[in-house]
Amino acid sequence: MSNYKEMPIAKALNAGLSQAMSANDKVLMFGEDVAELGGVFRVTEGLLDEFGDKRIFNTPIAESGIVGTAIGLAMRGYRPVVEIQFDGFVFPAFNQITTQLARLTYRSEGFLEMPVVIRIPYGGGIGAVEHHSESPEAYFAHTPGLRIVTPSNPNDAYWMMQQAIECPDPVIMLEPKRRYWQKGPVNLDTPPLPLHSARLMREGTQVTLIAYGPMVTAALQAAEIGAEEGVSIEVIDIRSLSPIDYPTIMASVKKTSRAVIVHEAPTNVSISSEIAARISNEAFYNLEAPVIRVGGFDTPYPPAKLEEIYLPDADRILEAIDRSLAY
Amino acid sequence: MLQLLAPDGTYGVPKGYEKYGKLIEDLDEDTLKTFYRDMARIRRFDIEAIALQRQGQLGLWVPAIGQEGAQIGSGYAVGKNDHMFPSYREHGVALTHGVELMSILKMMRGVNHGGWNPEETRFHLYAIVLATQVLHAVGYAMGVKLDGKVGTGNPEEDLAVISYMGDGATAEGDVSESLLFAAVNESPIVFFIQNNQWAISAHIDSQTKAPLYTRGEGFGVPGMRIDGNDVLACYAATKLHMDQARAGQGPFLLEALTYRIGAHTTSDDPSKYREDAEVEKWKAKDPIVRFETFLRRQGVGDDFFDEVTEAGDQLAKDIREQTFALQNPPMENIFNHVYSDQHPEIDKQRAWLEAYEAQMGDHE
Repeated sequence: MSNYKEMPIAKALNAGLSQAMSANDKVLMFGEDVAELGGVFRVTEGLLDEFGDKRIFNTPIAESGIVGTAIGLAMRGYRPVVEIQFDGFVFPAFNQITTQLARLTYRSEGFLEMPVVIRIPYGGGIGAVEHHSESPEAYFAHTPGLRIVTPSNPNDAYWMMQQAIECPDPVIMLEPKRRYWQKGPVNLDTPPLPLHSARLMREGTQVTLIAYGPMVTAALQAAEIGAEEGVSIEVIDIRSLSPIDYPTIMASVKKTSRAVIVHEAPTNVSISSEIAARISNEAFYNLEAPVIRVGGFDTPYPPAKLEEIYLPDADRILEAIDRSLAY
Repeated sequence: MLQLLAPDGTYGVPKGYEKYGKLIEDLDEDTLKTFYRDMARIRRFDIEAIALQRQGQLGLWVPAIGQEGAQIGSGYAVGKNDHMFPSYREHGVALTHGVELMSILKMMRGVNHGGWNPEETRFHLYAIVLATQVLHAVGYAMGVKLDGKVGTGNPEEDLAVISYMGDGATAEGDVSESLLFAAVNESPIVFFIQNNQWAISAHIDSQTKAPLYTRGEGFGVPGMRIDGNDVLACYAATKLHMDQARAGQGPFLLEALTYRIGAHTTSDDPSKYREDAEVEKWKAKDPIVRFETFLRRQGVGDDFFDEVTEAGDQLAKDIREQTFALQNPPMENIFNHVYSDQHPEIDKQRAWLEAYEAQMGDHE
């Protein structure tokens, strides 16, 4: 019998961090307000008491400095986990992430490893002011050398945090902030899947619905409503945005012949653009309908009072599924 | 400004700088000769590299002519456990720590992006995006302190970090963040700025309103200016402040005032933005000429200088031959080390390219 515990995503991330820091004393945690406060979302709460101020510490408010010094610490043999306070604040670190962190193993022909994890709360739906609701994943997925993952539930949050820290390459961990307090069971004994595997969340026969991060909840709601209306929807949580587990996607699409992809980010040149292109390459003769994408509009993230309209939800997903089925 | 050796080769310790002078008095003649030999060696290398670039053998060359005093002097002051984070012009520092000069030429030819082992040489890879390396250096120094390798008093254990940068890089935000992180963490690091007066075509006067040696003050990092064309001042200042950093006295900033005699790179044309008279004025302060004068006054004779000249000619011949003999890297290097672990997409693309190339045959 496995040992299960019910907890929200934020606590699961915290427990995963605590596990990793206990397992390896080279694991460090730092960023803005992560120590006494436990981070603005309390993901690192209690770690200061548990591990002391040499293992978890606050930094000045300077994101390039946070990532740049994490690189130096990794060169010294540490495994830094850094928190970027909000998605919209990662861009001062963009240079260090894309020109340095992502390339140092390549530049050094393998002499250097870069086991750095960058945790970023991302996505909208929390009524925030500007720059607190962004979905920047495509910028990073476009960069060779980075690995990008996003858990959608507490069990994945707990295990993917530990797997990301064990990885010798840089991992960007996108945390779906509006789901931080969503509860679920965590199996404390066995990791469910390798870090970069997708998961079939719900079986279905008529259409494959592909989602990740905060949109997995919306996709599962859509599948539930669809089932009541007599539409059988298969839901895949891709979990990893770089690399993407295409075999799992293709197996499903070849079965259902239809694919709908959903995310919060603007659809132009997005994760769904890439998945749609790959489906057309690898499952062209199996398709009964064009791949349909449901995403944010190609606008800046709107003011909070418009975000419920902007963000995809179960209704927008079902509307797209209806269009797919109409072919 | 700390100067121990005037442009005319006269040695003297200014009042208040006795602790720096003491470090020079500890040096034996062989060490002084090594300083000269390596300054001359790196200049000869530089001249040959420019020629190789002009002949199409290198994609680019980044000359350091005029900055040999700053680089050889500071390089030899770096201790045996210390780590160095260069920008992309620190060929002289590389020489002082056993980095194969051919590694630098290979990189500039386009054989690789910097194929030496930074952990083994303690000389980290060149950083082409300005100032990025300064934050890496601070992070490394933070790690050294976490390891407890600062201020133990055991010279086998303790180490410090030196981060090189040019005057141009000081404008980057990463330098300000580096000074701040180093200050609040009391990191064992020396920031070594080679102010060569020109950031490509932008003169130092358009880059800062306060002298660069004061740049750290607002962050809590003290600094001083040294004559960057005086190899002895560069050695003594780096030695003293690296010793202090290693002992746990926190970060320090050195501004070595020097001059880029050559172009920014072989793609640059300095005649468009500076006067010959200025270059001539700085040539009169040449670090190698002044040190030769000093050594001759110390009794070092023609034999030594002739030997250095011959060794330089041999070096030039050797690197020419080795550059001409360089092979292009194998095709799989496009894909190697993008990730440490297996990666499905990279593996697929590698296999595709191999099949494609095999099918297309030899297009030589």
